[in-house]
Amino acid sequence: MNLWRDIKGTLQPFWITLGYLFKKPVTIQYPEEKRTPPPRYRARIVLTRNPDGSERCVACQLCSAACPVDCISMQAAEAEDGRRYATWFRINFARCIFCGLCAEACPTMAIQTTPDYEICNRDVLKLVQEKEDLLIDGCGKDDEYNYYDHSGVGVANERGGNEDEYGPVDPKALLP
Amino acid sequence: MTPEMLSLSNSPVWFVGIMLVKLLVVFTVVMLSVAYATWCERKVIGHMQTRLGPMRTGWHGLLQPFADGIKLFFKEEIVPSSAIKVPFLLAPMMILVPALITVAVIPFGPDIQLGDFMVPLQITDLNIGVLYILAFAGLGVYGLVLAGWSSNSKYSLLGGIRATAQMISYELAAGLSIIAIFMLSETLSLRGIVALQQQDLWGVCSFVPNWYVFTQPLAFCLFLVAGLAEINRTPFDMPEAESELVSGFCTEYSSMKYALFFMAEYANMIVIAALTATLFLGGWSAPLNIAIFTMIPGFIWLLAKVYFMMFCFMWLRATFPRVRYDQLMRLGWKVMLPLALANVILTGLVVVILQ
Repeated sequence: MNLWRDIKGTLQPFWITLGYLFKKPVTIQYPEEKRTPPPRYRARIVLTRNPDGSERCVACQLCSAACPVDCISMQAAEAEDGRRYATWFRINFARCIFCGLCAEACPTMAIQTTPDYEICNRDVLKLVQEKEDLLIDGCGKDDEYNYYDHSGVGVANERGGNEDEYGPVDPKALLP
Repeated sequence: MTPEMLSLSNSPVWFVGIMLVKLLVVFTVVMLSVAYATWCERKVIGHMQTRLGPMRTGWHGLLQPFADGIKLFFKEEIVPSSAIKVPFLLAPMMILVPALITVAVIPFGPDIQLGDFMVPLQITDLNIGVLYILAFAGLGVYGLVLAGWSSNSKYSLLGGIRATAQMISYELAAGLSIIAIFMLSETLSLRGIVALQQQDLWGVCSFVPNWYVFTQPLAFCLFLVAGLAEINRTPFDMPEAESELVSGFCTEYSSMKYALFFMAEYANMIVIAALTATLFLGGWSAPLNIAIFTMIPGFIWLLAKVYFMMFCFMWLRATFPRVRYDQLMRLGWKVMLPLALANVILTGLVVVILQ
């Protein structure tokens, strides 16, 4: 009956809201309680180093090109051994939208996103970070990766015989 | 010798002194309740939405009302240049004053003996108490209408017009549901109504008091709904429907004038809760005629009932969305009014048959 449905529809919501009154609130009280972001969270951007301590960045401008808001800029230079490096490297975090495209574009895994999200500042100029602020003493996400171990190494041996190289796949080996 | 009732004629000095004390106490309690009703409402609604509500100012946000008060006090006082000055300044007071005046007739305890005199725990015992309440409830609408009209803004005007239509339609239902009460009590004095509710339930059940909520459940429901509509609480907050009218009649107000509207809203809530408690839930009397319950002083019972009713109002706000304007009018005129009339007729028949 319609009246019965109406009465039920009037009283049932009270029960539901009362039930929620005794549930644990989902609020996280930010400065005191902090949630742990997942490891792949995209927040503050850092420049990492190789396992041997040298800078990974080769100033290829790919991150700067990938950046949709143009917040990355750098100046490339060549060192005495013929390898490129960035004389200065600047990220304007006031413009950064934390999309992570720079990290995806980077061929050397130099630029990486970290879960450190507390970078807000009252002075907007402090959000423009230079290479000294960005560079960290560590490898970031991959502890073993060294770009120069993989690039610029001449083919010395047969296929599969070089460093970090797999042998050719035998398609018939997969047969039962 | 039974002590005389203290009055202006037999001991003017004492009368005035005690009256001032009573006024001060009641005013303080009401104003503190108003302040903490805001905190309480935010907490209750917050937890019902699995949030926390205010947590920053003081322990669990307990100082929030004062923080809000200070903030509103130091805000810029804006009077729109096209507003009509006098009614614009008068309107907030015209809302708050009727709300606070109504508390005067609500009894908050039995008579107490002070020296040679009996002192009633009620600011004034008007023999037309219920009528007085209805009159001042009707007066409250002028503040809203004036605020809406004098602001010279379309949203304010719409809010004011809605307030008028809503209050007039629901006043009828509220009045008619109270009529059923004083058909039973045969007195308009709230003191008398509370005294009658302390008798045995229907004259048979000795430990349950004769609260009118048991005798008049329909009138209770009607009065609650009509009361909510009259004080413009959700789900009937059409005059200040913030999703349609910005803030309704108080759109153009700022600073302390806005705070007065805010206070009036909660003072009205306290008044309706106190009225419901007094008319239907036995006022200051204990819910069961057991020694443990009757030992607790009356004003604690009254406050407990008032706060319970206010919790129910907050609960209602967290539960229901705002009704549409045509639904509001339909409910008022096509459902509540006929039901209230039918209740009056039924009560009359039963009273006549039982005599």
